[in-house]
Amino acid sequence: MVRLAINGQERELDVDPAMPLLWAIREQVGLTGTKFGCGIAQCGACTVHLNGIAIRSCVTPVSLAAGGEITTIEGLAATAPGPGLHPLQQAWIDEQVPQCGYCQSGQLMSAAALLENNPDPDDDAIDAAMAGNVCRCGMYGRIRSAIKQAASQSVVETYVPGEADHG
Amino acid sequence: MGKWTRRAFITTGVLAGGALAVGVALRPGHRAPEVAGEVTESGESLINMWVKVGTDNRVTLIAPHSEMGQGAHTALTQMLADEMDVRWEDIAYQEAPAIDAYANWALGKGFILGDADIPAALVPTVNGVFLQAAKAMKLQVTGGSTSIRATGVYGVRVAGAAARELILEAAAERWGVASSTLVARDTHVEDPTSGRRAPYAEFAAQAATQAPSTSPRLKSPQDFRIMGTSRPRLDVPAKVDGSAQFGIDAQVPGMHYAAIRQAPVFGAKLTDVDEQPAEAVAGVKQVVRLENAVAVVADSYWTASQALSRLTPRWEETENDAVDSDSLKRRFQDSIAGAQEGSGPSQDEEWGDADAAFAGAAAVVEADYHVPFLAHACMEPMNATARFTEEDCDVWVGTQNPLGFRHEVAAALDLDLDAVTLHQHYMGGGFGRRANGDVAIQAALVSRAAGVPVKLIWSREEDVRHDHYRPSVTSSFRAGLNATGDVVAWENTYHEKHEPAEAPLIPYAIPARRIGHTDVPTHVPFGPWRSVDHSQHGYFTEAFFDEVAVAAGRDPFDLRMALLEGRERHQQVLRTAADMARWDEARPRGHGRGISLQESFGSIVAQVVDVHIEDGGLSVDRVVLAIDPGFAVSPDGLTAQMESGVIFGLTAALFGEISIEKGAVVQSNFHDYPMLRMDKAPRIETHIINSYAAWGGAGEPGTPGIAPALVNAVFDATGIRVRELPLAKQDFSDWG
Repeated sequence: MVRLAINGQERELDVDPAMPLLWAIREQVGLTGTKFGCGIAQCGACTVHLNGIAIRSCVTPVSLAAGGEITTIEGLAATAPGPGLHPLQQAWIDEQVPQCGYCQSGQLMSAAALLENNPDPDDDAIDAAMAGNVCRCGMYGRIRSAIKQAASQSVVETYVPGEADHG
Repeated sequence: MGKWTRRAFITTGVLAGGALAVGVALRPGHRAPEVAGEVTESGESLINMWVKVGTDNRVTLIAPHSEMGQGAHTALTQMLADEMDVRWEDIAYQEAPAIDAYANWALGKGFILGDADIPAALVPTVNGVFLQAAKAMKLQVTGGSTSIRATGVYGVRVAGAAARELILEAAAERWGVASSTLVARDTHVEDPTSGRRAPYAEFAAQAATQAPSTSPRLKSPQDFRIMGTSRPRLDVPAKVDGSAQFGIDAQVPGMHYAAIRQAPVFGAKLTDVDEQPAEAVAGVKQVVRLENAVAVVADSYWTASQALSRLTPRWEETENDAVDSDSLKRRFQDSIAGAQEGSGPSQDEEWGDADAAFAGAAAVVEADYHVPFLAHACMEPMNATARFTEEDCDVWVGTQNPLGFRHEVAAALDLDLDAVTLHQHYMGGGFGRRANGDVAIQAALVSRAAGVPVKLIWSREEDVRHDHYRPSVTSSFRAGLNATGDVVAWENTYHEKHEPAEAPLIPYAIPARRIGHTDVPTHVPFGPWRSVDHSQHGYFTEAFFDEVAVAAGRDPFDLRMALLEGRERHQQVLRTAADMARWDEARPRGHGRGISLQESFGSIVAQVVDVHIEDGGLSVDRVVLAIDPGFAVSPDGLTAQMESGVIFGLTAALFGEISIEKGAVVQSNFHDYPMLRMDKAPRIETHIINSYAAWGGAGEPGTPGIAPALVNAVFDATGIRVRELPLAKQDFSDWG
């Protein structure tokens, strides 16, 4: 039995501890938004957060995630304040990012981890965070724009006018 | 193939904008009642084959095209909403079921009643072996960049306009007025005289009893309200929250999971396998032998794949066990040389007197080009879920050809067609690969053998090594120049021809042209790969043209423009790309700019690429693209397709190579079949020119022109001619 929390829900999984987290999430838990692309951490389609860090679930044994908190694409919106979508998900819609859409769960989870650590990333920071995620439909330009859009919104949201003056 | 030639296609296209002689969904007679049970729910009225209206006034387009990210669902829906005067908020899309009534042949019949064959543009999207002539009528293909320019233009628009007419007529009868006095607007019928206004839904049931007109009046472009605007794609919201259901996400009660290993050498059969090492693994249900593969069925995919790795299947020897990329390339070269010296190739085009032109030429430019095999590498590896019972078989899969898959599964399992039900899903990439039913057949066979529903997933390694490949092609060129530098002759001999037939032809007015091909069958399976033959010939012809321009002492842009005299659409596209890219602006040492022009699938595209060499590496900095698609139904959708087509072609030009050793594919996953990633992706600017000529395709035309513009830019930067792809093989260490 492996215990972990997925999107805030405690789970006990009766699986081979060596089974990659990807397959446990998809087959045992039934959350299919996380995708299988390569199985060797080369494409990023399987990206989820483990304790807030973006990981490739296709090469992460369930045992390594034991006791941890996992966020998948299905739980991303709930990690952002307020109701509705995560700002990145809204930016993805506004910029019309997805084509086939298969890689986008992983792209969004990588981007969310990036913004968590760096709310206003420059192009190099975006490249560094996103180069592990392949988009065969080639929507890199739109992904970059959407990340910047979401970042600018979050900067606006957290900036309180006049705060510096009073500080 | 067939009587529906490309020429017929274009000729018919001239009618668009006026009244169409024959509509696709609307052949004489009223066929909607035959299929109403398949596509409607309680309260919905099927006005014609492709249009239904609900009691809530929601209008749904039912069309036979699948969605793999190309945006066809949304653009087709725009076409219906506009012609039928439906509010965008009231419209929906439903993919047609995989039944004969929605096969592509309906499309063909619409053009040439009673004697249609599959359009040439669709031929390459079907498996060349299993789905030839007879079965070709049973297709439901999304491919050939045809959704908008064929189904949309000749089907959806006509269906929408006809449905609008019927609803107006039903309203006129109810209200006792002439239909010509009524106005259709925002999914409502309005009577300006009396002020009456009522939703379409009130008249839908009556309208559905009437046979639709086969020649309704279509809107002229100046009256478009929704066509020509960018609407948010209908499928995007589900693709940002994980809810979009791809084939691999199908869940069926009692489902088991299967992993498969196929014979490394194409065509080899399984001779023997000791099942015991896999069967000993906890959770394994069964090992299944297939003709050319072995599969393991287990309670999880992980278990199945782990158990499969313990097997050592034996494969029969074949005559191809020693074939490798080098030996294939020699065969290609020998075939071309033999044709040049001997009886000559099969002619694609013979124009003017090439022999005389070469005999009189002051200079001759010669070059040979070569490209490797390519895999599709869809992000979603091949997979299918099947449930076989004694009576029937259900298949859950994402496919570019739902009806064809049904036929293939029925044939492979010796079932009646009616016993096979296909459940269509989103595709995690298609690019031509998902027109082939191999994995659906395997899933059905494994389910039958195991007696349980089975989700079969190919590993990425199986996906790369058992694709249906863009063929490796060699192409040999000669061009003749006269004493003043005019291009007087163009000769091109290549091997392996598929579709479209015109792919190797050039638009330039060179007075003598001879273009022909040889046939060199290989054991490597062929598949249509985004833009099909244009993917090779766009590179070959536009890169060699650049060589000719340089040899003639002419600017590559200027020489193209001069030889495009009279082709105003081509010239405008080329000029637009050059202007936007500042073609004439000087570039520093180590920087280069290249240009290309390619017409494919009814659209004309020019690309200008800027590169520079830095620290011995090639950087692709900017792509400026201009396209004349006739008319852009969704400008942002078209732009997205151009961006996607460029990255797809650029990935291939920079990295793409599937090589053969000992009869089998060497590469296996993204570490040795690399993809372009964000950190190396160029800025892409797209400029759309609506010329209102016949509407062209979008999914493929962005791909062919990027490789030649790229290598021409590399020459401009370095003086190095790249005549063989991928560019990753090129050493730039002396530069930068």
